[in-house]
Amino acid sequence: MKFFRSSSNQDAPQAAAHKLTRRSSGIGEMVRILNSQEGLCVLDVGATSANNIQFLTSQGHKNYSEDLLRASLDPALRTQDATGNTVIDSKKFLDENLVYPNGRFDIVLCWNLPDYMEESLVKPTIDRMWSQMKPGGLLLAFFHTRDAGPDSTCYRYHITGTDMLEMQEIKFAPPGRPASEKQSPRLQRVFNNRHIENLFRDFASIKFFLARDNIREVLVVR
Amino acid sequence: MDVPQANVPQSGNSESRERATIGKSVVIKGEVSGSEDLYIDGKVEGSIDLRNHSVTVGPSGNVKAGITAKSIMIQGKVDGSLTASDRLDLRKSAVVTGDVTTQRIAIEEGAFLKGKVDIQKEMGKGAAS
Repeated sequence: MKFFRSSSNQDAPQAAAHKLTRRSSGIGEMVRILNSQEGLCVLDVGATSANNIQFLTSQGHKNYSEDLLRASLDPALRTQDATGNTVIDSKKFLDENLVYPNGRFDIVLCWNLPDYMEESLVKPTIDRMWSQMKPGGLLLAFFHTRDAGPDSTCYRYHITGTDMLEMQEIKFAPPGRPASEKQSPRLQRVFNNRHIENLFRDFASIKFFLARDNIREVLVVR
Repeated sequence: MDVPQANVPQSGNSESRERATIGKSVVIKGEVSGSEDLYIDGKVEGSIDLRNHSVTVGPSGNVKAGITAKSIMIQGKVDGSLTASDRLDLRKSAVVTGDVTTQRIAIEEGAFLKGKVDIQKEMGKGAAS
């Protein structure tokens, strides 16, 4: 696993706020399922998207929205371990987020969360999702390949109803800083295929789609 | 409306609707109901029920209450369920934790929403934007 934590953010590209598009085999499969069934329970853990809410609810699905990356940046989650190092309190994070009954969701839209989330939260978060998904439920996640640099832009993904996704750069102001100091979240690491398989080892099956933009899309069945 | 009138209700020309305002320094704990629009820039804990009117939570507003109204616009922080029979607007500074039920929804980039979203088409005409 490759980490990028020590890299500087000063050279991060100043991406425009407009939407880009990319073809996604994973969302294409998801959309086919969403179009062919009704009343599915869908959890979207990406940045809040009106497009996604509109698409999912217009198809008669139940939509749950929860921006886990932003929630994970809550300063209240920072605590100190026995040696005085600052760590993230994953228990507190899961006490306050992803609080749903087991077996609720048919589909989880995980997007690029594992690549940008604090390392210590990733596995507990995926494990919690596994518990809250129905057997046979689907999870879609995107992982950068090793060719992606640490300044890879973090996007919010908008479903269009086809296999095309619209993407919009995400920026957050650091805790306690004004909105004028917004920055794009930094890529925390790159998972290789073995790490991804290990991350989803409790799931029944996993399918990879390699895209041209240094992204591997992963469709996982609970 | 059994809400302290922290600021004088706006009463402009004949086209404007009456609106009560809960100012930044006002804290209310309890049930808020009434028959006029409401602007909240203070702190409210309890419940807010203005079924035929609009509720706006301003940038400084901090609401820990369920809100039921015809239309709801959020610019501040809300911890509670939102039920809008017509329209819900979440502006970019909105931070909402709670389930949402509405006919139409608009969410600006940057808004934060954590909860279930239920779009009820039978509440009226139109679609989400």
